[in-house]
Amino acid sequence: MSVKKLAKEDFAKFVEALIEKDNVIGVQAKGERFDFAPLESAQDLRLDYDVTLQPPKKYFLPPKEVLMTFEVGGAYASEYEDETFVLLGVHPYDVVGINQMDELFSQDNYDTHYMKRRNNATIIACDVVTPSENVFASSMKTAVVKEGFDILLTDLGDSYVAEAATEKGEALLAGAAEADDAALQAREAVWAKNQKALNKHELECDAAYLPKLLGRSYDHNVWDDMARTCFSCGSCNQVCPTCYCFNVQDDVNWDLKTGQRERCWDGCLLDGFTKVAGEHEFRDQRAHRFRHRLYRKAKYVPAKIGGQIACVGCGRCVGACLPGIANPVSVYNRLIDDLGIG
Amino acid sequence: MCQCCSEKKDIYLPELATVVKADAMNVTEKYLKLSMDGGQFDYVPGQFVEVSLAGIGEAPITITSSPTQEGGFELVVRKIGNVTNAIHTLNPGDKLGIRGPLGDGMYPVEEAKGRDVVFICGGLGLVPQRSFINYVLANRADYGEVTILQGTKCFDQRLFTAEIAEWENRDDVVMLETLDEPDEKWNGNVGVVTTLVPKVKTDWSSAVVSVCGPPVMYKFVLMALEEFDVPHENIYLNLERKMKCGVGKCGHCQINDIYCCMDGPVFRYSDLATMPEAI
Repeated sequence: MSVKKLAKEDFAKFVEALIEKDNVIGVQAKGERFDFAPLESAQDLRLDYDVTLQPPKKYFLPPKEVLMTFEVGGAYASEYEDETFVLLGVHPYDVVGINQMDELFSQDNYDTHYMKRRNNATIIACDVVTPSENVFASSMKTAVVKEGFDILLTDLGDSYVAEAATEKGEALLAGAAEADDAALQAREAVWAKNQKALNKHELECDAAYLPKLLGRSYDHNVWDDMARTCFSCGSCNQVCPTCYCFNVQDDVNWDLKTGQRERCWDGCLLDGFTKVAGEHEFRDQRAHRFRHRLYRKAKYVPAKIGGQIACVGCGRCVGACLPGIANPVSVYNRLIDDLGIG
Repeated sequence: MCQCCSEKKDIYLPELATVVKADAMNVTEKYLKLSMDGGQFDYVPGQFVEVSLAGIGEAPITITSSPTQEGGFELVVRKIGNVTNAIHTLNPGDKLGIRGPLGDGMYPVEEAKGRDVVFICGGLGLVPQRSFINYVLANRADYGEVTILQGTKCFDQRLFTAEIAEWENRDDVVMLETLDEPDEKWNGNVGVVTTLVPKVKTDWSSAVVSVCGPPVMYKFVLMALEEFDVPHENIYLNLERKMKCGVGKCGHCQINDIYCCMDGPVFRYSDLATMPEAI
């Protein structure tokens, strides 16, 4: 696949052309922060953003979606959104998050609802220009990605290096000039810098060691200590690019004859997440729910996706958590300080 | 446009089934016999289905019939939530949605062959166990001694009383029953189901022990079995968890790193040794 170079003004034209022919979702300012939203003009695109409020996960697993329609007493019919779209400006750590979700929703039982959206998407990633205040992607080895996108953009000041990784990306970049050696070297320098710079919270071990660390930490007092101030609000779940637990419920229309079955986000930190009929709740303590989330991130889910740690270091939970206890790095570091690396 | 998804099955889409028979068993439990409108429905004891009532929702229910029984499959549903309350209003001829059978952790019908089998049931726990019990009884010669222990809270909550009476009358089954809170209608054993365990005459070193009951029951049954040094790999536990999807995605039924829906709902006790959340 080829690596191209686009001057900034040519890139703006590239974006305008994209907007003409597809649904483009791009990173834009939202107050003093940033978020993904439908892009109407190349001028609104902010590829210099630090982190988006929400990860791009919502375009594949929406906060609420219709899975099927039904007639009361009659048959059920699957519902799908089947429109192509372009996600423009996905940071490397979020690309990793999307790749992990792809694996989880396609393995064992193939989730056609998630995968249809995913297969309709074109992902244009971009290297980080402005590290956010809580990012720790360098620690999680997600600061730079080499796969999982259609195009990867790297900002070189007056131009972008654009690498196509798929046929889809290649087609979009047709016509652009090949990147010269100087541009490629400049891109290497950006990567080398980001590998270290996206590290506002530094994990004191290799991320690959985390499943083993948690294997020794189940009964550690850190869970009780940290969860003492947990509100069980689920904010950490809501902003996480790799949280995908969901609830399913029915909604009946005004005619009382037809309706739809909807899937919506759920969160393992919420009280009642494991409650069954008869009021029995299997994970009824905050500390156990708090522990469960971090075990999902660094032990349980990794076992399903070839050992990849299911925390990509975006740092969103750190900023979203009101009592300030959600930072995975501070929990893992405390365990390392206490138990050592064995 | 995405082609692959249109060729793959929607894992969340129920298929229609018709109620063939519906009986109130007592105030809270209803028996249903269902037939899939699409025809064939193959399952193994221990598997469950997601039952859908359009507009109300879905609930996971373990199949109570044995695949050795012909003519549809059976469920017993306790009236305790939105979906189960609605299931109680169903009559023969009514339609409902079914996904399944689900669950890769099933009762060890093959492994138990040639060995004694002890069923320990608490209350509604008889419902899933009945699938395994009737499978064993339909292939009676393949198994050793069969002992069924049933503990129920009170007389009026007893289930499948005619079948229990049949099992009591058989020479090749030992049926022991007890009530926690008996009234004047009962003159049998009194106490929780664990009080029956010492009365069992079986080869505890090789018997397959199958346990199902309310969440609180398991640790006490396991303590009682510990007295007889029952090997943990011979004990099978049918666990209940909150489930939404039933296919390993939604996260609700997770027990440490396993999913009750996919890896269970029947588990070998020795496989749960590293799962502190299981019992």
